[in-house]
Amino acid sequence: MPNVQIAPEQASTIAPQIDLVLYVLTGLSVFFFFAVCAVLVFLAIRYRKGTKVNRTIVDPHAGTALELTWTIIPTIMAIAMFFWATVVFFQYSRIPDDAMEVLVTGKQWMWKIQHPNGKREINELHVPVGVPVKLTMTSEDVIHSFFVPAFRVKRDVLPGRYSNLWFEPTKTGTYHLFCAEYCGTDHSRMVGQVVVMEPEDYQRWLAGEFTAVPAASAGEQLFTKLGCVTCHEGNSPRGPALKDVFGKEVQLQTGEIVLADEDYIRESILNPQAKLVAGYPPLMPTFQNQIKEQDIFTLINYIKSMKDDQESGSQS
Amino acid sequence: MSTIAARPESALMPKRHYANVKHSVASWLLTTDHKRIAILYLISITVFFAVGGFFASMIRLELLTPKGDLFDGDTYNKMFTLHGIIMIFFFLIPSIPAVLGNFLIPLMVGAKDLAFPKINLLSWYLYIIGGLLAVWALVKGGVDTGWTFYTPYSSTYAKTEVFLAVSAAFIAGFSSILTGLNFIVTIHKMRAPGLTWFRLPLFVWAHYATSLIQILGTPVVAITLVLVGVERIWGKGIFDPSLGGDPVLFQHLFWFYSHPAVYIMILPGMGVISEVITCFSRKRIFGYEFIAFSSLAIAIVGFLVWGHHMFVSTQSTYAGMVFSFLTFLVAVPSAIKVFNWTATLYKGEITFEAPMLYAFGFIGLFTIGGLTGLFLGAMATDIHFHDTYFVVAHFHYVMVGGMVMGFMCGLHFWWPKMTGRMYPATIASIAAIIVFIGFNLTFFPQFILGYLGMPRRYHEYAAEFQVLNVMSTAGASILGVGYAIPGFYFMWSLFFGPAAGPNPWGAKGLEWQTQSPPTTFNFDEGQPIVVEEAYAYSIGGSESVS
Amino acid sequence: MSHSSDSLVAHHFEDIEQQNESAVLGMWLFLGQEIMFFGGLFAVYLVYRFKYPDAWAAGSTDLDITLGTFNTVVLLVSSLTMAMGVWSAQTGRQKSLIRYLLATLVLGSTFLVVKFFEYKHKWDYHHVPGPSFSFQSEHFPNAAESNVQLFYTLYFIMTGMHALHMVIGAGLLIWLIVLAWKGKFGPHNFMKVELTGFYWHFVDIVWVFLFPLLYLINRHH
Repeated sequence: MPNVQIAPEQASTIAPQIDLVLYVLTGLSVFFFFAVCAVLVFLAIRYRKGTKVNRTIVDPHAGTALELTWTIIPTIMAIAMFFWATVVFFQYSRIPDDAMEVLVTGKQWMWKIQHPNGKREINELHVPVGVPVKLTMTSEDVIHSFFVPAFRVKRDVLPGRYSNLWFEPTKTGTYHLFCAEYCGTDHSRMVGQVVVMEPEDYQRWLAGEFTAVPAASAGEQLFTKLGCVTCHEGNSPRGPALKDVFGKEVQLQTGEIVLADEDYIRESILNPQAKLVAGYPPLMPTFQNQIKEQDIFTLINYIKSMKDDQESGSQS
Repeated sequence: MSTIAARPESALMPKRHYANVKHSVASWLLTTDHKRIAILYLISITVFFAVGGFFASMIRLELLTPKGDLFDGDTYNKMFTLHGIIMIFFFLIPSIPAVLGNFLIPLMVGAKDLAFPKINLLSWYLYIIGGLLAVWALVKGGVDTGWTFYTPYSSTYAKTEVFLAVSAAFIAGFSSILTGLNFIVTIHKMRAPGLTWFRLPLFVWAHYATSLIQILGTPVVAITLVLVGVERIWGKGIFDPSLGGDPVLFQHLFWFYSHPAVYIMILPGMGVISEVITCFSRKRIFGYEFIAFSSLAIAIVGFLVWGHHMFVSTQSTYAGMVFSFLTFLVAVPSAIKVFNWTATLYKGEITFEAPMLYAFGFIGLFTIGGLTGLFLGAMATDIHFHDTYFVVAHFHYVMVGGMVMGFMCGLHFWWPKMTGRMYPATIASIAAIIVFIGFNLTFFPQFILGYLGMPRRYHEYAAEFQVLNVMSTAGASILGVGYAIPGFYFMWSLFFGPAAGPNPWGAKGLEWQTQSPPTTFNFDEGQPIVVEEAYAYSIGGSESVS
Repeated sequence: MSHSSDSLVAHHFEDIEQQNESAVLGMWLFLGQEIMFFGGLFAVYLVYRFKYPDAWAAGSTDLDITLGTFNTVVLLVSSLTMAMGVWSAQTGRQKSLIRYLLATLVLGSTFLVVKFFEYKHKWDYHHVPGPSFSFQSEHFPNAAESNVQLFYTLYFIMTGMHALHMVIGAGLLIWLIVLAWKGKFGPHNFMKVELTGFYWHFVDIVWVFLFPLLYLINRHH
């Protein structure tokens, strides 16, 4: 007989918190279930036909107090559980500022992953232990869902926009990565592994056996190749300079102010006219259907790296 | 057995009743008699239950081993999709309302028929047209989107018969709407003299709440399915991300109906339980008003919780918070019902006939189904459980443990009324126990599988999940046997069962005051007049028996 | 109840009042489900309108406001003739009943013919969503073509669903005219006319919402 697991490993900071909510919910459920069953069985046996017991009911309409009791007590317990579970969820939703960023693209039926230095892998995600990791995810086709049971994290991966997920692994090891949203033929093969390593091992892994150019310089090449450079460098009147733009607020033609985040940059590449920056003409062509999601990631990474105080992006 | 002994020895089958007034096929297919239409539904949903059950057994067979050795991915995906579409749209939603509700509501309110008999027949035809489209989709190669039809997979990427499947669900939806409409008008306008709202059987209240959901929810999923169909035909559409369309908007529209639809699939079952528990306790129901209003509360609040299907879909955290809160609140009326049924047993005079065993099974399994719903309504735990086997186990506990148990319960309870004949009581009780055991063995391991992280709709899985899957498959084979046995003894009963007489259980309610089976117009002595409360059994009044 | 109405009561009703009240309640419930049906579409419309206000304004400005207004007036007048038809049936005026039903039918058909020419115009100008869709707006340079396509998709589905309801309404009118011709209606038997009237007014009201939502966005540009 193979050994039967009944609980998955806890390998992230959020896992014990979620499990604690789960244990308490389970405890309450087991209590209520057995209480109902015990009363049911007791009454069914005691008052079965033929037993000589007192069946006189004094006041057939008594029972309002009882009704209120079993309405109010479960309501209070339900609301208390709701609050606790929601508080834990909000903690899970707040992404730490210092999180290491990894880009994930879902595609029928594989996970494509890109590390900060441009290293890419498929269906495997290597991360260091004890470091918060933020995933920025999108899909090239249908909806997928990034699910790591050992971390107790899951988030849908949608076409046409970015979604985020974060976790902080607490244990080294290899864990399942599943696609949880049904996505077609090989949905059940859209699986992989998350490998949690000691930080030094991770650095060694990140540096080793990898020939790709770093993301930022790959981004620079793409930036030139697609012709972005003609309008978005220096002080061209045709398009805004992108130096130091990421993460800042931008004023639009409509007077609206938006945050230049991943979603905004993605939208501006695919649908440039939607949110024009104030003072620039609507000249830019759309890159819809001409650029892959991963290349958009690369461009975003490059734009992020274009900071005044860094020489990497501003060497031109 | 006591059940048959309770029948007056002199009971004979009545000479004339609704089923033998005419014998031609046309007299059945063109009937406007609510009882004959109920029988048409009973036959058709049984066929669809068998088809859906076949797919279920194929799914369980494939999942015996971690590797996909029986079917390839595409075939497996079609299996679970067709299992879902057929079981939900063509079995569960019509099961209790269209069979038992159709047969009993006019009898229970003392009317000759439903308010719109021709529309009632039209409902059945719409159901059959929808069903044939579903079968056509199946024969042409199946459909592989899952019953949830999530975009953009269903609208753009799937290469299967999505349009046919969507049309099937669309048309079946209108059958459901018209049935609900018929019930509400009948309950409002055709009650017998003296039958005030608070004298109505709770079965009728439950169907009233169900009908509200059918009328107000179904059209929303209908238009949503139209939008998916248009997008498939046209190639462009409103959920298309390349136009700036939002695939998540589909999920909102879909669950706006499909969550309340869960209550379409459980409220009628609750109605059955209220009738059966009182009858076999010989006692008035405890907390009549609380049970009646909890049905309405479930129907109304149930419309406001759809977002709990989307906690991990990038829905706003604050929206999720509101949906989670309302989800916890909607659990309360369900709990109230369970407590009231239990309290009804107090000082009763309880007997354990087959319907009563199913009712006990319902209470236990529905309690588990309801409580595990809280694990999914709590945002923190839903992150982990969403789209895993925990969800599969949860909704099977509600729909199979709840609604199918409720349907079997009601079918055993009113079978003598519908056919005029009894079935073998001992075998029926044994079958009820087999179903209970098989069900738990099938679905309980799936809670653990979900906790371990096995995602749903996987046709291959990691090796460590195998033991629990084998248990589940073993349970499914027991469950299959449990469901097959009633098929045999019901057939036997149709021809050889002893005549039941008008009221074999000694039950209260207008349906038991006429002959079994009833005549075409139900009450030959004219419309009955109601002078007492529902469930006026001897215990619970001022005097006692025993 | 008078003798003339007894034969009109179906076997399962106790009297004509019960039968009529049931029919009216049934119709209201049916219209309730219709509201939810169109309500789903309106919800979709609102979500995208707030998301893409410029595209909505651009698409809307390109719709033919003259034809739209004309059709609105046609439908409102048809509601009047329908109401007069119901009144004629209730008061037993056979000839005027037929006249008003015919007038309603003619007005309804006029609406559909105008709608057809509007559709044809959109087709000629490549404003029908699909591979050949193209759209340029002078007033709304910020409106992305793909989002305007989304507007037109919704325009066709919403007005198409409405037109389908009009066609069904026209069919009901023809059926009523035939029955009226045969003298089937009278002061005790007018429910079919009255209920069709309910339906007709409902379809008109849907248009009263569709017209401003689709045709009248940002008209001051």
